[in-house]
Amino acid sequence: MAEQARGKVEVNQDECKGCGLCVESCPPKGLTLSPELNHYGVHPAQYHAEICTGCGICYFVCPEPGAITVYRLAVAKSEVSDAATV
Amino acid sequence: MSEYNVSQCRTPVFFDRFERKDENQHQTHYCPGCGHGVAHKLIAEALGELGLQDRTVMVSPVGCSVFAYYYFDTGNVQAAHGRAPAVATAVKRSNPGSIVISYQGDGDLAAIGTAEIVHAANRGENITVFFVNNSIYGMTGGQMAPTTLIGQTSTTSPWGRRPNNEGFPIKMAEMLSALEAPVYIERVALSDAKHIMQARRAVKKALQLQKEGAGFTMVEILSPCPTILKMEPTVARHWVADTLIKQFPLGVYRDRKPEFEPVLVPQKGVAELLGISGKRLSDEERHARRQHTRAKTIKVSGFGGQGILLLGQLIAEMGMREHMEVSWLPSYGPEMRSGSAHCDVTLSHDRVGTPLVSTPDVLVAMNEPSLRKFAPHVRPGGVILYNSRQLPEDLKFEGLTVACVPASEIADQIGSAKVSNVVMMGALLEATDCLPFTTAQAVLSGLVKNRKLAEMNEKALEAGRNYLDTEVLVGAVAGPDGCGE
Ligand SMILES: Cc1ncc(C[n+]2csc(CCOP(=O)(O)OP(=O)(O)O)c2C)c(N)n1
Ligand code: SF4
Ligand code: SF4
Repeated sequence: MAEQARGKVEVNQDECKGCGLCVESCPPKGLTLSPELNHYGVHPAQYHAEICTGCGICYFVCPEPGAITVYRLAVAKSEVSDAATV
Repeated sequence: MSEYNVSQCRTPVFFDRFERKDENQHQTHYCPGCGHGVAHKLIAEALGELGLQDRTVMVSPVGCSVFAYYYFDTGNVQAAHGRAPAVATAVKRSNPGSIVISYQGDGDLAAIGTAEIVHAANRGENITVFFVNNSIYGMTGGQMAPTTLIGQTSTTSPWGRRPNNEGFPIKMAEMLSALEAPVYIERVALSDAKHIMQARRAVKKALQLQKEGAGFTMVEILSPCPTILKMEPTVARHWVADTLIKQFPLGVYRDRKPEFEPVLVPQKGVAELLGISGKRLSDEERHARRQHTRAKTIKVSGFGGQGILLLGQLIAEMGMREHMEVSWLPSYGPEMRSGSAHCDVTLSHDRVGTPLVSTPDVLVAMNEPSLRKFAPHVRPGGVILYNSRQLPEDLKFEGLTVACVPASEIADQIGSAKVSNVVMMGALLEATDCLPFTTAQAVLSGLVKNRKLAEMNEKALEAGRNYLDTEVLVGAVAGPDGCGE
């Protein structure tokens, strides 16, 4: 089985203004602007490749309060303490 | 497969819905890629992380971020252009437990509001300023800002900013760091992910310092305005990285506690300062007091140097000692001596509505011009005390009590022209019964430490009273309460 991505991103298509800042900022380049238009007539961002690390950078660079939600893979108890020390 | 948990999502520091208009209540009004949106998010996140949401008051400016109050679910005030630091000062001082944010653009903070920010910083107000520097006026369509770069075009610098005509870009972080009081000033940039994360730390640190009561903190945030720069959002960010940062170097400009010990002044009430009992009176006591005092509106007038304003102050202080409600409102020209001067005094048993006395019960006129000017406004049945042996021949007053008291002459005989106002005070107390003589004596002896002058004051007070009693009342045409008419 291919390794599960450590994170994932959801873009609220209604809130996104299609500025593309998240697309440019995503370190593993997991976001892209959709070829489709949303109902405002902009190309909203979308998560297109299962390579998100859950870093949360796209959330912070996005100017809209709720356009982006970032998820992280739930970790087993033993891994939590490891993560906290890195 | 493991589950995914939410790690970053819309913070509850923002309202759920933005009620600015009917549609699109989930979106801000900012242009796509605008730095204001990012700055808002960093602030909201920090407030959430520090648990400050419920204590925070956000002061929104004039500019594109004028609507910040539609977004932040905190206390909100919207200030006039440039005045956010002054409003923030008031909010913080009247509510010291609050966390107060002054959010401002560069036109707001560095142009029209230059005075407010400099003095708030200089006073070390315990507020946090987020200064969004996008090098231009956004809201009004791209006029030159104080931060516009040399050579940068704008609608008001169409040939590019020229130092010889428009001056140089103002570096606010550096400028304010030259002051003693600020504790933390950093400049950050919303140019790319790395710098945005640095900005996030700076925003949080500033708020943390305010939470600790450290003092004045400011984060200058270099920010893209894609619309006015006429650039794609990503390109506008690159412009911030490649051009704006070069002219406005990033970094921490101030991070230290101010080097002075606060001098704390004991808070004293009026009663304590006057050395009188400040205790609240019961209704009976208040009633008993009223027997000794009379409510009056008084205008004292003359020329500067005659002790006009002081006489008003003395009467007001006497009223305070007698537990009356008082006001004193001076009015004088630019001259310290000569020129005309007058003041309004209200002695009342109830709250004073206005300190302005346009129709006085009592007029003290220390010279002829002021008699001619104010006498027509004295209330029917009122009293005029005039500093002379007699009225000018052409003047007649119907329905008023007029007492001519040559206060200056009497003062000269006592030994100093300076005490003419006290002579008048003696006459005024005698004519109106508004306040007890003993209170006048107490106020005067509290005021004058010099023994010779104190003696003269005592004589003057007595002389004024006697003059009214003997010269004016005896042989005068009887007026409503016995004074000469
Ligand atoms: C007293 C007053 N003068 C002028 C204006 C017009 N005005 C509105 S916004 C603005 C400039 C704001 O620029 P900036 O502070 O840089 O904010 P931005 O819009 O770029 O975020 C001006 C001059 C006003 N509203 N009130
Ligand atoms: S940064 Fe936000 S608004 Fe811009 S494209 Fe990405 S999700 Fe949309
Ligand atoms: S004009 Fe500029 S500052 Fe104003 S909302 Fe648009 S991008 Fe932001």
